[in-house]
Amino acid sequence: MLLALQSLTKTFVGMKALDEVDFELASGEVHALLGENGAGKSTLIKCLTGVYRRDAGSILLDGRDISPDSTSRAQALGIGTVYQEVNLLPNLTVAQNLTFGHEPRRFGIISPRAQRRRAAQMLEGYGLDIDLDRDLGSYSVAVQQLVAIARAVELSGRVLILDEPTASLDDREVQMLFAVVRRLRDRGLGIIFVSHFLDQVYALCDRITVLRNGCRIVTERSDSLDRVRLIEHMLGRELAAQEESEKRHRRSAPLAGEPLLSFAGVGRRGFVEPFDLEVQRGEVIGMSGLLGSGRTETAELMFGIRRMHSGTVSDAEGDLRLNNPRDAIAAGFGFAPEDRKTDGIIADLSIRDNIVLAMQARRGWLRRVPRAEQKRLAADYIERLDIRTSGPEKAVGELSGGNQQKVVLARWLAMNPRFLVLDEPTRGIDVGAHAEILQLVRELTARGMAVLVISSELDELIAVSDRVIVLRDRRQVARLSGSDITLENVVHAIAASDEHREVSA
Amino acid sequence: MRNPRLYPLLATIAIFIIAYAICYLQFPYILSTRVAGNLLTDNAYLGIVAVGMTIVILSGGIDLSVGSVIAFSGVFIAVMLRDSGLHPLAVFALLLVITTAFGAAMGWLIYRLAMPAFIVTLAGMFLVRGVAYMMSIDSIPIDHPFFTSLQRVYWLMPGKGRLTLIGVVMLLAFVVGHIIAHRTRFGANVFALGGGEQTARLMGSRVGRTTVMIYAFSGLMAGLGGIVFALYTGSGYPLATVGTELTAIATVVIGGTLLTGGAGYVFGTLFGVLTMGLIQTYIVFDGTLSSWWTRIAIGVLLLAFIVLQKGLLRLTTARSAA
Repeated sequence: MLLALQSLTKTFVGMKALDEVDFELASGEVHALLGENGAGKSTLIKCLTGVYRRDAGSILLDGRDISPDSTSRAQALGIGTVYQEVNLLPNLTVAQNLTFGHEPRRFGIISPRAQRRRAAQMLEGYGLDIDLDRDLGSYSVAVQQLVAIARAVELSGRVLILDEPTASLDDREVQMLFAVVRRLRDRGLGIIFVSHFLDQVYALCDRITVLRNGCRIVTERSDSLDRVRLIEHMLGRELAAQEESEKRHRRSAPLAGEPLLSFAGVGRRGFVEPFDLEVQRGEVIGMSGLLGSGRTETAELMFGIRRMHSGTVSDAEGDLRLNNPRDAIAAGFGFAPEDRKTDGIIADLSIRDNIVLAMQARRGWLRRVPRAEQKRLAADYIERLDIRTSGPEKAVGELSGGNQQKVVLARWLAMNPRFLVLDEPTRGIDVGAHAEILQLVRELTARGMAVLVISSELDELIAVSDRVIVLRDRRQVARLSGSDITLENVVHAIAASDEHREVSA
Repeated sequence: MRNPRLYPLLATIAIFIIAYAICYLQFPYILSTRVAGNLLTDNAYLGIVAVGMTIVILSGGIDLSVGSVIAFSGVFIAVMLRDSGLHPLAVFALLLVITTAFGAAMGWLIYRLAMPAFIVTLAGMFLVRGVAYMMSIDSIPIDHPFFTSLQRVYWLMPGKGRLTLIGVVMLLAFVVGHIIAHRTRFGANVFALGGGEQTARLMGSRVGRTTVMIYAFSGLMAGLGGIVFALYTGSGYPLATVGTELTAIATVVIGGTLLTGGAGYVFGTLFGVLTMGLIQTYIVFDGTLSSWWTRIAIGVLLLAFIVLQKGLLRLTTARSAA
């Protein structure tokens, strides 16, 4: 066995992140590591790569006990890692990135020619035709990802850990990546693959290990573990069943009558074409389209992040001014942005602080939200949204992605908004939390709040929405409602060429 | 040009050449080795300090202590030569050890306490200026035969221009700085730190060691700049070079280095220093302009470069998003 973890245990204050986990990796296999948010995947990987020190158990590499205490030590031992966010330096050239820390030198002086030659050798067999002297940042994420893999393989060469490597790649790029991974597997590397795209896991992996709540649930060959059982392992039975029923559930036509909000001719030159939209009380509007179709841009316009050049927004009482997010919040809007880490949370502040933030901003800094009230709110939402944490004072940055998203939701819910925009609420979150978040969206609307969900996960969008708006080239090209909301119709609307389709407006 | 990272450097060189051409049209004598020699001599201490500052800024940091270190160096040399009887070379060596250790200590604090470099070096700036005052309140003339002979060393260039020792020291400092920044592992670590500390750590860079070395290098360069300044003025004065750290930062930015770190060239800074010196020379030639025009010109240039960098950043991000 190439790599064996035995009874690995890691405890954080008050929480067992890993509880006697066993894991084995053979050379020449791709082994998927799956689990919900907070199941312990990241902790396990960080123990392997030396970011965390384990509390108990052993890590055997080629039968020898190892205790990596830094990333570079782990690398030297043979364990290389490639993360979702490419951890290379965009301001250095491709060649510099590949050879960083191992630059060929003569008398302490780096020779650029030898450096380039070395880098070219490292990239051989990856099917990349790129200029080694250009800044890495000028290439696409997919290329950067492959460069990161080439570097990890060269430096470690025994075990390669791929942590959500495909999250920001398109189909063609995923195939390119998989071809490389298969080639490396055939060269005898052991590869640990972490992903929440189950299709990809089945396409690539030989074995699957599922973690849940810090324990290993199962390790099985992927061809003998069918999808339903896999999801059951990951979620526990109840949740899986719930998700299934969720999909079949469809709200009857939304309440007719006076619209909650109407957007008329709202647009911004070169950003979003003018559009009309009437938002009804208690409905979920899904917004679909490819990347760059104007989904996020529309949301930014609605929330006043960008000024609109044309059009008006009105509610039952008259026109609304939405010149900036402050106006939008005052008008009862909420917005959970796509890039949670940079735009949504303040990672160093506690869960309590993050939840109270928007409310405090609205009251102004002179009228502090009383401490007791803050605590009550935090405790309330931690329970209602099932935020998994050791307490309300934990820094949000230490939570898993799904739980961070719940904190963002809680912040807006505390404001009691009437219109909430969620941009990719399930991005980077595992299957179990997907269902939970969708369930939450449903519950919110039951009390009259309107929600606009932007998502590239069509299944989810279809399951949750009362209406679906399809965008293409910054323009609304289709509106689907009721029984017209099917995967086929949405895909057709996205794919249709220039003819404008209006399916059941 | 295919590599956008070269744009700021090319802009710097272009501005210098254009400025020189304009000066030449008005005062043809400006294109002579005498003026060129003076340009190097007059700005030698600033250039040397700016080499250290370039490395610091490339790593995403800042060093506000260098002006005080120059003043301290002058006073230290003057006092030691007056009172101790040590040979000037021994005094120089001792001084460089002190300023390097001082820089290293600041780097260590910045890393260990995870404090902004701005605050730590600001404290260093006051501290060192205070120590200089403690040693003497007055200007002390330096009067040592070896020292004065060093002041007189120069090579005669064709056209009777004088290439002084301190001018040569500055050019050497730039060559050494260039090699360190662009041709060593330490340099690669500096760029890595400027690109992102967390990422640099994940790539196996030893961030603590690099930070200490960066500020130690800046301290070394400030000490060397101090020696050159003492040779240039022939005295030590605790009130000297107030605000030089800011001038050095300005030359680095005009030289095309990104103020947020991670991109730039050491040789760009040389052109930044020369451009600044050229403006001063122009004002001297003109004779009617107040010397404050130098400051105004620098301010405008600095602003132009910040705008240029912001524009380039937008250009490259727009391209990678497309």
